[in-house]
Order: sequence, then C-alpha cells, then structure tokens
Amino acid sequence: MPVLEVSDLHAGYGRSDVLHGLSFSVEDGGITTVLGANGAGKTTLLRALCGLLPVRGSIVLAGTQIAGRPTEAIVRLGVAHVPDGRGTFLNLSTEENLRVGAITRRDRAEVARDFERIYAYFPRLKERRHQQAGTLSGGEQQMLAISRALMLRPRLLLLDEPSFGLAPLVVQDIFRIMRTINAEQKVSMLLVEQNASLALDLANTAYLLETGRVVMSGPAQELRRADNVRQAYLGY
Amino acid sequence: MRGMEADRARWILIAVVVVAACALPFVVSSYRVFQFNLVLVYSIVLIGLNLLTGFNGQISLGHGAFYAIGAYVAAILMHHAGVPYWATVPAAGLTCFVAGCLFGLPALRLHGHYLALATFALGVAMPQILKYQGLEHWTGGVQGIVISKPKPPLGLPLTQDQWLYLFTLAIALLMFWIAWNLLRGRIGRAMVAIRDHPIAAEAMGINVAAVKTLTFGVSALYAGVGGALGAVVVQFVAPDSFVALLSISFLIGIVIGGLASISGAIYGALFIQFVPNIADQISRAAPWAVYGLFLLAFVFLMPTGVAGFLRLAWARLTARRAAAGGPIREPR
Amino acid sequence: MEAFLHQVLAGLANGAVYASLALALVMIYQSTHHINFAQGEMAMFSTYLAWAMINAGVPYWLAFVSTVLASFVIGVVIERAVIRRVANAPVLTVVVVFIALLVIFNSVAGWIFSYTIKVFPSPFPSQPLFGPYISTHEAGVVGISVLVLTLLYLFFRFTPLGLAMRATAENPVSARLAGIRVGWMLALGWGLAAAIGAVAGMMIASIVYLDPNMLSGVLLYAIAAALLGGIDNPFGAVVGGLAIGVLENLMGAYVVGTELKLTVALAVIIGVLIFRPTGLFGRAFVTRV
Repeated sequence: MPVLEVSDLHAGYGRSDVLHGLSFSVEDGGITTVLGANGAGKTTLLRALCGLLPVRGSIVLAGTQIAGRPTEAIVRLGVAHVPDGRGTFLNLSTEENLRVGAITRRDRAEVARDFERIYAYFPRLKERRHQQAGTLSGGEQQMLAISRALMLRPRLLLLDEPSFGLAPLVVQDIFRIMRTINAEQKVSMLLVEQNASLALDLANTAYLLETGRVVMSGPAQELRRADNVRQAYLGY
Repeated sequence: MRGMEADRARWILIAVVVVAACALPFVVSSYRVFQFNLVLVYSIVLIGLNLLTGFNGQISLGHGAFYAIGAYVAAILMHHAGVPYWATVPAAGLTCFVAGCLFGLPALRLHGHYLALATFALGVAMPQILKYQGLEHWTGGVQGIVISKPKPPLGLPLTQDQWLYLFTLAIALLMFWIAWNLLRGRIGRAMVAIRDHPIAAEAMGINVAAVKTLTFGVSALYAGVGGALGAVVVQFVAPDSFVALLSISFLIGIVIGGLASISGAIYGALFIQFVPNIADQISRAAPWAVYGLFLLAFVFLMPTGVAGFLRLAWARLTARRAAAGGPIREPR
Repeated sequence: MEAFLHQVLAGLANGAVYASLALALVMIYQSTHHINFAQGEMAMFSTYLAWAMINAGVPYWLAFVSTVLASFVIGVVIERAVIRRVANAPVLTVVVVFIALLVIFNSVAGWIFSYTIKVFPSPFPSQPLFGPYISTHEAGVVGISVLVLTLLYLFFRFTPLGLAMRATAENPVSARLAGIRVGWMLALGWGLAAAIGAVAGMMIASIVYLDPNMLSGVLLYAIAAALLGGIDNPFGAVVGGLAIGVLENLMGAYVVGTELKLTVALAVIIGVLIFRPTGLFGRAFVTRV
C-alpha cells in the first residue's frame, strides 16, 4: 500500500504551471526516485507536496488528503523535506539544528534516543555538535539536513538532490547511510536527483519527469535498462 | 498606430490637467488658492525626493532640511540683500544642490536603514542649527524672518495669491518637465539600474558614486526650489516650521502618491496638504489618530500608491475596451 | 571627578533603557528586517496604562506585571491585524505603516490621558546608594534592565519556544518545514518586543516625566544604539545603548549643553557608521551577484 498517492497534480509559480497533471505514488517503506533534467519540475514537485506552493489535484498521505493544507500541518502529519540548498540554520549549533527538527515532538525520551541514533549514523555530527552549523563543510551540512529531517520521525522523507555540489566520495557515503536508514527506520523516501545512476542504484521504483509530466515509470532496474534513460541520463 | 493614439490620449490628458490648474485660482477662494499653491510647492519637493528614493533607491528621511535651507536662502536674500523673490528660487536651488552633493558623498558609505538614520538626523538637527545663536543675525533665531508677498508684475489684473500661484505653477511645470527628461535619458536609466542592481550597474560602466551623489544633489535642488517658493508663499520662515515631521510627511507623500512615479508627486502633495485638515475636521480630539487611519487605509487599498492604483484601473478599463473592439493603450 | 562619575553612572541608567528598547527593535528586525518606528510610542502607551492603574490604586508591582502582559497582547494583536497585511510590501510602504501606528498611538494617548505631563512613580527610593555617585532609583533602573535582558537570554537560549523563534528569524522556510507555526512566531516576537518596550517605558518615565512625546527622542537613541551595535546583533544593541546613554550625558554636561546634545550624539554615531558601515558588531554585507 502506498504511503503517498498523487494524482493529476498541477502546480507552479504565479500564473504559469510547471507541473501539468502529475500522477505517481510512493510505496510504503520503499525508496522512490524521480529523475529528470534541469527544469523538468523536480524541485517544484517536492515544494508542492509539502505545501510551499499552491496546488490543484490530489495528494493523499496514508489516507489523508493533504493538498491545500498549510506546510506546518503537512509536516506535522509526518512529511519531512530536505530542501535544495539544505536549509541549514547557519547561526544555530549543530545540536540546535537537530532540536529544531524535533521541535514538534513531545516524546522527550524518544527524542533523546533519536539523537543517539543519528549520531551513530553520522559520527561527524556528534564531533561537531556544539559548532555553529555555518562552519560545517558542505557534506556535513547535507548530513545535518537529512538528520534534521529524520528528527521529525517522518513517515515520508522528501530529498531534493542530496548529491548536489558534493565530492563523489562524500556522496557515496551519504547514499550508503540513507540505504541503512531506510532499512532500519522504515522511513519511506522520495528522492529527486539529477545523478540518475546513483538514484537508480538506491531506489526500488523510478519515475522519469520531462517538462512537468511523467513520461516513464517502473522498477528502478527496468528504467536503468531503458534506452532513452541510458542515453539521456546515464550517458552510455 | 495604437501606440500613437495612446500617446495622444496622454498628451490630451496632460493638457486638460494643465488648463484646469491654470483656471483654478480664478474659481476658488483666495484661501484655497493659497492651499493649492502649497500643493504645487510640495509636489516639486516630492518629485525631487522620488528621484532620490523612488528611482535611485536612496532613502531620505531628512528632505525637510533641504527644504529649510531653500526657504532660508530665499528669506535671507530677500530680507538682507533685497533680492527679488523670483531670483531667490535659482539661488536656493543651487545652494541646495551643493549641500545635497556634499551630504551625498558620505552617504555613499551608508545603505538602507543606516542612510535613513543619517538623513533623519539631518532633519532633526536642522531646526536646532537654525536656532543656533551664532547665526542669529542672519536667521533671526527662534523668531525667524518675515517676508512680504510679491505683487503681480506689469500691472496684471490679478490678486497677489493668484499671481504667486501662477508663478509657482510655471516653475512646477518646468521642474516636472526637467525630471521627465532626466528620467527618459541615460542618467535616468543609470539611476534605476543602480537602484535595482548596483553591482551590475558598476559592471556596465556606470560611475555609481558619481550618479548617486549627483542624484542626491538634484534631489536637494528640487527641495530647495520648493523651499524658496514655500517661504514666499507662507511669507515667513522659522526653525519650528521645519521639524522632523516635515521630512516624514515628504516620505509619506511619495509612498502614498506612488514610488518611482512622476505624476505620483501631485497625488502625494494633495495628500500631505489636505488630509491633515480633513482629519482635523473629523476629530478635533485626536486628529493624528484619524490621519494614521487614513495612512493605513491608503496603504492597504493602494499598495502601489495612488499613481499605481490609477495605472491599474486605467489598464483594466482599456483592456475591457479592447475586448469590446475599442482602442488599446500599449503596455508601458 | 565625583561629578564626572555621576554623569557616567546616570548615563548608564539612561543607556540601560535605550538598550532595552534597542533590543526590542533588534528582535523585530531579525525576523522581519524592518525597524519598528512605532516601538517608542507603543511603549509610551503601555506606560500610560501602568500610570492609569497605579492612579486607580493598584500596587506598583501588580500594575507593572499587568502592563507587561497587556503590552504583550497589544503587540501580538498589532502583528496579526496590521503588520501581517504588509508582509510582502516594499520596505517604504512598511515604513509608512509604522509611521501611521506611531501617530495613532501618540494621538490616542494624548486624547485619553491629555497632553499634560504627569509624574510617574518609581518603585525605588531616591536616596543615594553607595555614596553620592548613583541614586538607588538609577541603580534600580539598571538592575531591572539587566534582569530583563538576562531573562530574555535564558528564554532564547534554553527553551524550545525560544529556539523556534530563533529558527524562524533566521530561516522562515526551513522553520516551516520543521513544523514551526511561523506566523505565530512573528506575532510572539512582536508581543515580546512590546513587553520589553513597556518595561523600558516605565523605567524612563520615572526618570523623566510621563507625556505622550516622551519616547520620540528615546526611540531615536534606541535606533541609533541598534544600528551602532549592528542591527542584527542583540548583544551589540545592549552595548550600543549603554554607550549612547553615557555619550549623551557627557556631551550634555561637558561639551555642548542639553540643547544640541541630540544633534551631536547623532553626528558622532553617523561618524562611526561611516567608518564601520555595519555597526560595531554587525556582520559585513555580502552581496550576491
């Protein structure tokens, strides 16, 4: 059963739509990826899902219609967004950033345990927990952004290009940990990526987005073998 | 052909307004003529402030100071040197141009709120400087200077108020025309470019420092011309006529009239001349509270000022006419 | 020497009030990037509420606490009713809204309470403390201000709500994505700023007298203090406020007399700003191309 079901989604900026009637779903506990070139509408899609943009259409999260609800309400229903540019609170410390992530939660003991879990996944963050987040490296800030989102205990994690601007080794590291988190924490993930190869390795299901429309979908391994995906996005 | 037609409509509109402005002093009471005379004076100041703040993006909360300098230059020249009133106007303008450039130079280092504070300090300081004892021989201290109202020349059959109004109107039209030409040209584009993107403007080869300083000077010149005319109209200058509230009124004038709009100066001037009176009539006890409510109402109902509101209304009207097959105005 | 020391300490008492008001300005600036020109008049209005209560026989500290709470509510209501509507308006439009609030508060206060000056009581005795340098009253003003600043620091540093407000001020979108109700945080910021302003108003009113225009000059000093310290830096605002209080008093006593002290103090501040355009503790401007 899907955790997220989107049908006929339209969204955009001002009067011009970027998404023209998108339909797709995210399997519960799985990793779904949406691939597409620059300007295909990937970032717009994630922003629309968490209510940062006005939308038309239907977005159902675990049986609840969330289209048109304010962002705060959607987040409180368990949708965490790791935005492009990472959205780090640069003047707060690493630990305070994580505390902001958990700010809607009341289960203090569980929050404390989640801190330990996060620090186990990303020991670097533990080392730097009292450091101002603005002084962290790009990779560390990406780890922090993912961790901050996880502190919400989300059902669904939206990830906007986590590989962007990072060194290949760091990216591999982060993607490996994301796989572990998905397996251990049972968090469903919707991953948007330009790096198609990485994304298809990680994901179970994939959608291909072109100018605001889904043009192809299927299991990640199938898309990897498709000729047009190979030529346009994998480069061989 | 539609563009030409729209242009013609514009010129007709301007001609109608000018004719109406010329006819005004002959149909209303002399007190009203005096009030509208001040509207013209304020509109000159407001174009100047709009050049600086609206078009060039440098905020000034102290234009009352330049207005005061202009007024005092006129009063001192008339009172101590017997200079005729019409000759004091260019003198006041030039003095303020120099003062504006001098103030504009250090202002180059200040941005946004910092510039607002610096200019506001200028506005606050001006009455205190005018009261300063060392200058009392010239400024008349707290008492100020009384000047006499000019007579119409050549034995024209006009009252003093009517003549002065027409004189001010002529200068106001000249100042509007100059501003319009300035903004159409290279300097105008440079001013706007600096407001919108100073770094890109610099990269395009615009001498940002020079343009900003000159804009400050020109803006002060407008305030000075207004100040000189204002002094002649009111026949009196004194430090307490130029308190910080005057500077704030000018800022209110350009925001209510419409930022970066030439015609906005007229609406803004009407607002700062008449709304306080209206507020006073509505509530004797708390007139400024009513004035504040007027301000909020204007800002909420016309967020882009009266000029912006009228432009929008005009565009809707012509769009409807175009849909009905009528003539359309080119988008500007 | 004794007189000099007294001037410095009296300056600190005024400076503590400027610092509090400057802090209120910084708080609103951090989350909205606007300087609330009406902050002083709001504080003045709050002080009148306190005066009315005390005049009606309410004990001082009860009136004090009630005024702070009432001011908090007024601040929240203004944000929700007025400021929210111009959230996306150009900066000068917002300035005009602030000016409108300023004249409304000023006029309504004069209307309800009349423009005649009133004596505002001090909770502290006026006899000297530790010798002739500072009165107990002035020391009390400094003490209250320090207490307010400390409470604020603890609130922002150690409570979840304080953290949520800091997060909102720094990055509203990210805060929203963490589930923070950003709109309420802004309203809360206005409420807190109004409450701090009320304390500052009650303190200064017992040094000078109470009248509807008493805080116009003080607000100017507070703005100058905030800018001098670096407009986004609470610590800088406090240092700036104290520095200006002392500077103002010394200028008035030894250099130019009380008539010109406002002008000269402002000139000095602007001089400093020309050499350090982002204030003493402000972050440098970084312009993205």
